[in-house]
Formats: sequence, C-alpha cells, structure tokens
Amino acid sequence: MQTFDLGKEGLRALNSSLHALKGQTNMTSWEVVNPKGAHAIAAGVDAPVDITVRGSTGYYCAGMNKQATIRIKGSAGPGVAENMMSGTVIIDGNASQYAGATGRGGLLVIKGNASSRCGVSMKGIDIVVHGSIGHMSAFMAQSGNLVVLGDAGDALGDSLYEARLFVRGSVKSLGADCIEKEMRPEHYAILEDLLKRGEADHLAKPSEFKRYGSARKLYNFNIDNASSY
Amino acid sequence: MTDLPRTPPRFSATFTPAINAEIRRAAASGIYDIRGGGTKRHLPHFDDLLFLGASISRYPLEGYREKCATDVWLGTRFAKKPIHLEIPVTIAGMSFGALSGPAKEALGRGASAAGTSTTTGDGGMTEEERGHSKTLVYQYLPSRYGMNPDDLRRCDAIEVVVGQGAKPGGGGMLLGQKISDRVANMRNLPKGIDQRSACRHPDWTGPDDLEIKIMELREITDWEKPIYVKVGGARPYYDTALAVKAGADVVVLDGMQGGTAATQDVFIEHVGMPILACIPQAVKALQDLGMHRKVQLIVSGGIRTGADVAKAMALGADAVAIGTAALIALGDNDPKWEEEYQKLGTTADAYDDWHEGRDPAGITTQDPELFKRFDPVLGGRRLKNYLKVMTLEAQTIARACGKNHLHNLEPEDLCSLTIEAAAMAGVPLAGTNWIPGRNGGF
Repeated sequence: MQTFDLGKEGLRALNSSLHALKGQTNMTSWEVVNPKGAHAIAAGVDAPVDITVRGSTGYYCAGMNKQATIRIKGSAGPGVAENMMSGTVIIDGNASQYAGATGRGGLLVIKGNASSRCGVSMKGIDIVVHGSIGHMSAFMAQSGNLVVLGDAGDALGDSLYEARLFVRGSVKSLGADCIEKEMRPEHYAILEDLLKRGEADHLAKPSEFKRYGSARKLYNFNIDNASSY
Repeated sequence: MTDLPRTPPRFSATFTPAINAEIRRAAASGIYDIRGGGTKRHLPHFDDLLFLGASISRYPLEGYREKCATDVWLGTRFAKKPIHLEIPVTIAGMSFGALSGPAKEALGRGASAAGTSTTTGDGGMTEEERGHSKTLVYQYLPSRYGMNPDDLRRCDAIEVVVGQGAKPGGGGMLLGQKISDRVANMRNLPKGIDQRSACRHPDWTGPDDLEIKIMELREITDWEKPIYVKVGGARPYYDTALAVKAGADVVVLDGMQGGTAATQDVFIEHVGMPILACIPQAVKALQDLGMHRKVQLIVSGGIRTGADVAKAMALGADAVAIGTAALIALGDNDPKWEEEYQKLGTTADAYDDWHEGRDPAGITTQDPELFKRFDPVLGGRRLKNYLKVMTLEAQTIARACGKNHLHNLEPEDLCSLTIEAAAMAGVPLAGTNWIPGRNGGF
C-alpha cells in the first residue's frame, strides 16, 4: 500500500506518480489521505490500480479515468469521473453536479445522492446511484446505463439519445423526447448485473425499476416539434 | 398618353428581392435557413485600414536582403512544451464530419510544410490529421465527441472552445445526411440523425469553473501542453480578461466573419462583432493585466491575405487563424465545378450548403464518391503555397514599415479609411489624428 499525504506532498506530485504507473507495476494499491476537497485528484490515471481517497474531493476527481478502481471515502465535488473511459469509481457519500459527465466507459457508483445533471451527455458509461438524482440528469445522454434506486428530479433524460435510464422511485418530470419504455428480459439482465457490480443488489431488485428512453422524435429536425426544442 | 414617362419599378431597400425570397422560402418550407461559412454582409474590415509605410521619420528594410522574422511562440505562460511556429498563420478548428478525411489530411500536409499548426474540430481527432500535422491543436468542445485522454496526450496543444465567431452562444449542428458510419462511430451516435452539439460545456459554467477545468486538463497532461481558450467575438475585453484569469496560455478570438460548418443564417448574420472591433478590446484587456505577449492572442474571422495578417498583428495579435480561406486554397468553391454548382442551385464562390454533404469539390462531404475527387497531396501543396504567399505579403508590408519582425508592427503604422474603422480599430482616420470616441470625442 502506497500512502500519499496530499496535504504535504501536493496534487502535482500525486498525479505525476499515478501517471507514471504502467500496466506491470507492483504498486497496485494506493491510499490518498488529507484530500481536503482538492480538485483533479487522480485525474488521468491509466493503470489497473486501486486508489482509495480518504475524505471528500473537489472538482473532477478521477477525471478521464482509465482502468483504475478509485474509491472515495467521502463525498465528491462536481464532475467526478468526467469522461471516464474504463475502470470503476465508487463514492461512499454524495456526488455534486455533472457526475460521470460524458463518460465513455467504466462504472460509476454513488452510494449517496447525486446532484443535477448526473450522467449529462454520457457516452457509454454505466452509473449506479443508490440514492436520488437531481434535475436535468442524463441530458443529451448518448449511450450507457443510468440506474437510480431513489427518485429522479425534473426533466430526466431531456433530449436523450440511446442511453437507458432505470429509476426505481418517482420521476418528477421527463424531459423532451424522453418516455417510459417496456422492460424486456435483456433490461432485467442489465439491471441485475449493474446492481451487483454497483454493490446495490442487497438494496433493490430489477423488477422494482421502470425504464426510460428516447422517443426518437427529435432525431431529425421537424418544424412541427419546434415547441420541444 | 402613351408618351408619358412611367415611374420605373422601384425595389424597396427594406423588402429587397433577397429578403422577399427568404420570406417565401420560409413560408414554403417551415424551417430557417441553415448554411455554412461566415457572415456575408458588408462589415468594417481590414480593407478599411492602410499601412503608412516608412518615410523620413522612419526607414524601411530592404526586401529580400534584410531579415524580417515571422516566427511565433505560443503557450509560454505555463506549458512545459510551448509551441514554436515558423509563421503566424495557423489553421483554425474544423471538424472531421464537416470535412472529409482527405481534406483534413491536406490541411495537415499544407500546414506542416509551411511550418504552422492545424486544429481538430467537433468530432474528435482523426489519424489523417494527427499523422500529417507536425503541430496539432486538439479542441475541447462542449459535445466532447471523441474526447479521450490518449488524444489529449498526443496533441501539441489543447483549445478549450467556449464559442466561435459565426455563432457566439450557439452550439454545433451536423445534419443527418453527413453522418456516415465512421462519423457516427467517432461520435457514439446512431447513423443518419442530426447531431446537436451543446452550446455550453457539460461540466463547468463560468470563469471560476473554467479555471478548475483548465487545471484538470493540465494535470491530466502533466502541464506539458499549451492551453488555448477560444471565444467568439462578443465581449472581447471581458472574455479575454476572464480567460487570462482562468489560466489560459493563449486566447483565440474569432470575429463574426469566421465560418462554421452549419448553423442558422440568422445566427451567422446577426450575432457577434466584426474582428476589427474585437482585436483592440482584447489587446487592451491583455495590456491592462500586464499580459500582452505573455498570454498570446490568435485572431480569426475573415483573414484572407498577408495584408490582413499584418494588420491584425499591427493591432496587437500574436498570430492569426484561417478557416474559410484555407478551404478555398484547397479548392472549395472553385469555378471549375460551376456546372455542378448550377445543378445545386448555386454558383462558384457562393456555395455554402456545406451541411448537405454534396460539395462538388469533395471537401465538405462524407460521400466517398465526392471526396475521391479531392487529392490531399495536391490540396496540401496548394495550401502550403497560399500560406507562404500570405507570409511573404505580410513581410513585404512589415519591411516597408521598417520592422524586422512581424510582431514589431504597431497601431502607429496604420491609418483608417472610414470613421467606423477608426472607431473600431482605434486607429486615426487617414490624414487626421482623430479616433472617434477618443481624443475628446467628435
């Protein structure tokens, strides 16, 4: 276990050390202490290592992560795991705005609640939120899966493309072109897998969720839909 | 009676034939006009400025004998690896998707041969442009299409795009007809659907967030890459100041003459400011902050000749960027395709329906049959030639003004032909010392 005191050694030294890790490194387990809400902690990591951050983080923790498993033993600021490519990010607490924004792969697990715009413009990432999510979540979401055990705020999935949204609780309102869709066997299978990997299989069952997706009516411009734009 | 003269038909200056035609088109189609390119209206521009040249009070440099340097460093503020270009004319961001792969290759070939950089666009980085561009600037856009850390690390600079001159405050638009399998795959969207690029970034809002975003990008790339911030010409004094505050190495300022692949004509023609009005405000912001020449300023929007380059630099820019002009150099809108332009209901030099993907010159298309017409090697050579000519022209003017580097050109080398240009550029009206709005006013 490599223990890194962020308060003493600084962000640049941390990220520089993490970026230097290659696929065959023996230093596969890292602990970051005293994060104190610093921004861009463990951003740009590209190695199959485990990183535990003991405390809360600022903006863009685990930004553009590839391969690494990053656990935040606290809450995460805006843009956690933004544009993640692969790997896993698990937050014990809550996540602020834009969690998993534009993520292209990997798994983001938020054990508390997520604020607005969770999964905005997601492009392949899977997100599992144990609590609830704020307004405008999955705005312009392109692909991937968003699983919410709690409730969703206003305008869920506005201008959605092909991402799948699964919500167990209530949805305050659906955004433009987002509709409830039938749950088919493949969707139950996706949920079962994600609940398990998202450490939520003891909290909810796939049968308790509703699925939301794109009505695909705004995919090509039509003046008669002008009020929806 | 028949000999009485008739009042000749008189067209309205308000309801012109062009305006009326657009009303009819809108009434028939139910959709606003979408097109590519930049504004087509007449605006105060570099043509309204003249160089004074040397005389008794200052002496010129000998052409072909006395050196006039043209190089520029970009990103010297924070980046470990700033960029050094041989000429101050760069290629502006244009997307793969809007342009064909061979066109991107040609831009890379031409720019590299001339010693300058190219820029990706809203669609990610292609092998064509990375492979053929010695210096490649990677745009970081609201859509984040194709964005990934590997490309961030293999670029030479990062350009955070806040806006562009053709549509400050607007997002992107790539209509379904140009979404080939390759484009769709790069953007992670279904084939054939309209692709709307957001107008705001998904994970930051405002200058304080931008500062943190820039810091994150620097961390991911280990502080190696210069980071540009590109803004459309709307509030250049404040946008420049805020970009500097947020930590930009370079500010890219695009006036309303700057082109786009596709957006609403009403947006192109009615939003933003001409580049002539933008440059002095941006330079003043840099000077007020003590950052002129420390944070470099690249300007774009209607740059066509070496004279435009020299004038932009005399007003205080460190470099310029060209987009539309580069496409024309490659062969866009060439009269040799006139017969085909006519079939599309247009004519050479006026074709702007780039979004339809039917470009006869094979440049703004994803149709393999059309882009076969375009030879990237020849296109690259043409672009190199054009860039070299622009540079020679700018040097010619700089030498005539007694300058041994293009960066030594200054506002005092200029005069204005019109009151509007004098006011916007902050350069005296020719034959006077009058700058409207300064020197005590009118």
